[in-house]
Amino acid sequence: MKLDLTPDYAAFRDEIIGLLTRNAHLAPGAKDAGMKHPKRLSWQKFLIENGLTARTIPKAYGGYGAEPDLLKSRLIAEAFATTGVARPLSGQGIAMFVPTLLQLGTEAQKQAYIRPTLHGEMVWCQGYSEPDAGSDLAALRTRAEEDGDDYIINGQKIWTSTAKQADMMFCLVRTHPNAPKHEGITYITFPMSTPGIEVRPLVDMTGAANFNEVFFTDVRVPKSGVIGEPGQGWMVANATLTHERGMLGDPNATKARFLELVELMKRDVGGARAIDNPLLRDRLMALQAEVFAMQANGLRVMTSSLNGESAGLAGLVIKLIGCELNHQIAGLAIDALGEQGILYGADDTARDWQWRSMYDLGLIIGGGTAQIQKNIIAERGLGLPREPKPAKA
Amino acid sequence: MEFALNAEQKLLQESLKGFLAAEWTLDDVKAFAAGEAARGDKLESGLDAFGLNGLLLPESAGGLGLGLLDAVIAQEQIGFAVAPSNFMAAALFAIAAPVLANSRVRAGVSSALGQKADAQFVIAPPEATHLLYTHGSSALRIIAWPGGDPLHTIDRTRTVFNVAVRGDAKPLASSDQASRILAIAHLLTAADTLGAAQAMLDKAVAYAADRKQFGRVIGSFQAVKHMCAEMAAKLEPARALVWHAAYALDTNDPEALIMAHLAKAHLSEIGTFIARTSTEVYGGMGFTDLVGLHYWYKRIGANRQLFGSPAAARETAARLQGLVA
Repeated sequence: MKLDLTPDYAAFRDEIIGLLTRNAHLAPGAKDAGMKHPKRLSWQKFLIENGLTARTIPKAYGGYGAEPDLLKSRLIAEAFATTGVARPLSGQGIAMFVPTLLQLGTEAQKQAYIRPTLHGEMVWCQGYSEPDAGSDLAALRTRAEEDGDDYIINGQKIWTSTAKQADMMFCLVRTHPNAPKHEGITYITFPMSTPGIEVRPLVDMTGAANFNEVFFTDVRVPKSGVIGEPGQGWMVANATLTHERGMLGDPNATKARFLELVELMKRDVGGARAIDNPLLRDRLMALQAEVFAMQANGLRVMTSSLNGESAGLAGLVIKLIGCELNHQIAGLAIDALGEQGILYGADDTARDWQWRSMYDLGLIIGGGTAQIQKNIIAERGLGLPREPKPAKA
Repeated sequence: MEFALNAEQKLLQESLKGFLAAEWTLDDVKAFAAGEAARGDKLESGLDAFGLNGLLLPESAGGLGLGLLDAVIAQEQIGFAVAPSNFMAAALFAIAAPVLANSRVRAGVSSALGQKADAQFVIAPPEATHLLYTHGSSALRIIAWPGGDPLHTIDRTRTVFNVAVRGDAKPLASSDQASRILAIAHLLTAADTLGAAQAMLDKAVAYAADRKQFGRVIGSFQAVKHMCAEMAAKLEPARALVWHAAYALDTNDPEALIMAHLAKAHLSEIGTFIARTSTEVYGGMGFTDLVGLHYWYKRIGANRQLFGSPAAARETAARLQGLVA
């Protein structure tokens, strides 16, 4: 056990914090909205050129080209949290599609897509879930029929983030309807401007449309957009899903929220402070114990990754416990605000916490529901048997 | 940057686990609980020979010179086996009064550490020689064992006495490290619960993978499987919390005392959850004396109350970071 940094890493940390602080004026602010706002794109370019994002992606594809170093990656993430400077662009194109392409794409596909995606010039959305294929994703039915050098796609996707803004979609379609369900799926990419694609915003409980439904009617797309081989889409998608689960439940983000909650509870509201209420204070301390536990657990998981070992249960529980903890932190903030906690106007403090509470509930469900996570923990972590398949009728 | 046990620590963990599995069986637990004190003495001699009670003593004093991370690893295995052991007292002695600590010391540690009480609940071996307790709010004292009345508690895996300390008891040693010793006592209790809860989870998972109803092992039903998953999901990060708090104490991290108190509170809460949930996984058998799951259940239940309730530990943690007006 050794948690302090070697002088080399400490120097690296100080250097990147200095770099971010000195250049904070170049970063986009809240008013620079829009995924392709020029200030966002120029900031992203600056971050890539300085190795603060896309760090290990080869230079030939538009990345920074450094050797993988998980500890440096973590120090970079912490530096953004410490300085409060705008983070690099993320989203499903950068976080999920690029790693998949690096692993399984052809040279031509890598050349065409990685550089513009990393630089925020090409925005992607993910076409996986369908109304009847949620937790049971492999039951998806969106059909792609061969027609010469093209596929003709018909069907529907749901829970599609950024479909309105996206230039491109990476999508799972069924190309072999008679094959076993995991073997008839193909992973394909195509422009969202292709005729026959209709995007309908799906307004959720927060009041915003964080997701969309996407409908396909005779959408003709070239076969050259397939990643991997036709019929191997399930394997390709699983490479990507691993990246998605890694994104949810980050303990540093949870700690930042907890510290905001402490500040909120210390604030004087109408002559009283929530922190002086022993019941609310007790709940705060119970949450702090969990925040400490998840941070320590995160360090343990990172050490396993550094050593090339599986983190076992410590890794499997992060999504379930981390998302629940975020939801509970928001819940205490709302209680601490008392009646003020119901306000949802644009400038209300409570709005932010109510929004988070609801969005976190969405994350408890999305990206593999809490119940699916418990199956994974019990089966892969504890070795309990799978539920037997029902006999065919 | 390395958050993991080293090879020596893994060896300590494995060898102590193996030793206790062989030397402290369910038969021993039951006999000791029924009053056969000799079984506990025999175990204590074995643990002495193992070097356990000198774990934290400097090598110059004949100890192993290890740290608190090693101590929580050992305490976890003691809790796992629900073994009676002088280890917590020996560990606290090694820090508070190393001159007094040696293998002949059989000490009691007051459960009222940090509170003002004349009569105190003390976990101690039957032939205790010393008592460690707090004097006022900031000082620790060690006195010759003043004698005490054995108490009948829910937890028969350890012996507990009611001890009256006279105000004029002459201290053999005292220490100004009261808040640090108190935090360590909380952390070791948390580690004991961690081990006992891990044992209950392991037993529940093994039972769920074996017991059949409706033609299937019950662990294939999601209702049962999810109970096991919830226990594991709560316990695994708690293990990292106990390790981190120990490392923080070893390295004088400014948040160390806060972490130690919160570890006690948190392990008490999830320990209680695991104690009842693993009993439920066992169904009716979990309720019987035959399986003996209740020894672990009661050990966790006693640990929860010792040194104060989870709420009291959380209030201490709040006070330590200036959140109490």
